[in-house]
Amino acid sequence: MKRLFSKHFWADKDVQQLIGKQLRVGVITSSIIVFLGGMVYLYRHGHEAPDYGTFAGVRQGLDNLPGILQGIMQGKGMNVIQLGIVLLIATPIVRIALSVFAFLLEKDYLYVVITLIVLGVITFSMVGGLERL
Amino acid sequence: MTILLFTLILLAGAFLAGLLGSLTGLGGGVVIIPLLTLGFHVDIRYAIGTALIASIATSSGSASAYVKEGITNIRLGMFLEIATTTGAVVGALIAVFIPTNVVAVIFGCVLIFSALMSFRKKPEAVSDEDVSKLARDLKLNGTYPSGGEMVSYKVRHVPGGYFMMTFAGVMSGLLGIGSGALKVLAMDNIMRIPFKVSTTTSNFMIGVTAAASAVVYLQRGYVSPGLCMPVVLGVLLGAFGGSRLLVKVNTKWLRIVFGVVITFLALQMIYNGINGKL
Repeated sequence: MKRLFSKHFWADKDVQQLIGKQLRVGVITSSIIVFLGGMVYLYRHGHEAPDYGTFAGVRQGLDNLPGILQGIMQGKGMNVIQLGIVLLIATPIVRIALSVFAFLLEKDYLYVVITLIVLGVITFSMVGGLERL
Repeated sequence: MTILLFTLILLAGAFLAGLLGSLTGLGGGVVIIPLLTLGFHVDIRYAIGTALIASIATSSGSASAYVKEGITNIRLGMFLEIATTTGAVVGALIAVFIPTNVVAVIFGCVLIFSALMSFRKKPEAVSDEDVSKLARDLKLNGTYPSGGEMVSYKVRHVPGGYFMMTFAGVMSGLLGIGSGALKVLAMDNIMRIPFKVSTTTSNFMIGVTAAASAVVYLQRGYVSPGLCMPVVLGVLLGAFGGSRLLVKVNTKWLRIVFGVVITFLALQMIYNGINGKL
């Protein structure tokens, strides 16, 4: 019984390390991209005046992934920043997907189901959100 | 003012927001909304988009450190995320029918009430009684490191906590924030989880709720790279700093900071609600 308990304890530790590492990698990667894009953006537009007083939405090409990637090809700093932002948004969602596998490895099927439910609700809300537009 | 100066000031403000956010379990993003709207006269819609992204950054950034130290209760977070995500969907659906300024005023009142409650109570006297069969079946009970040793705790009132989490989720769907404050209160006051565990687990959960709505806000053009760049970087630096402090900091001071922040945010919400700004 004691041996079983300690085995479970270590498996639990592994899951924690895995999730912690994925969150860190996601956040560090996206912030490096945001920083690099920011340097380009400040170099090109740093002397201009900010204008956020009235809402007009972001300029075209910054509100969808194909548009963002296209702008990066043209060397636009704003688009590089936005790619980092998209990666940042993806980080917690990837975390959930990764947790499914982590709990599978641990043979904790109750939490495999619980995690799949969370993933399902998120997917539903994203798709539902897109349809509302 | 040039964009360069604007960016630097925003970076400093975001750093403080991130520090506060990771120490209290609030998203950090909600501090960004008053900073941008009142401080820089940025349109509320840009501010909401930026705050959401900031919430994800604080959550993921500080959660990675807490998870490593073993403070976060991952199972509890995962289980309660069912409640927050379904709540967020419901919140987004009913947002069409309820004016958000009315919701903001109600939310502000709830927050002030919660702040008073958290000052009055002393939940650090965590009960170790194994009273909840549901908590046992769902493997929600856990341990966390404190002063060099592992302290075990038992989770109570699972249905009550789950209900409160659903409410927190509804609020994030409705207002576009992480509702970290409500998440902490659900775990702290209802489920009687140690303060450090509830703040870190709340942080861990916020990113998921915020990410789902952030996709929609990005497509609506609320997420502006020029605002998000300094805010994300500043908030992350603050969050990393905060997560290092949390292990050393006295939780009594944390509670005071927490209460003050909640009250400030509540007044902000009510003010904006009455003015019809939200």
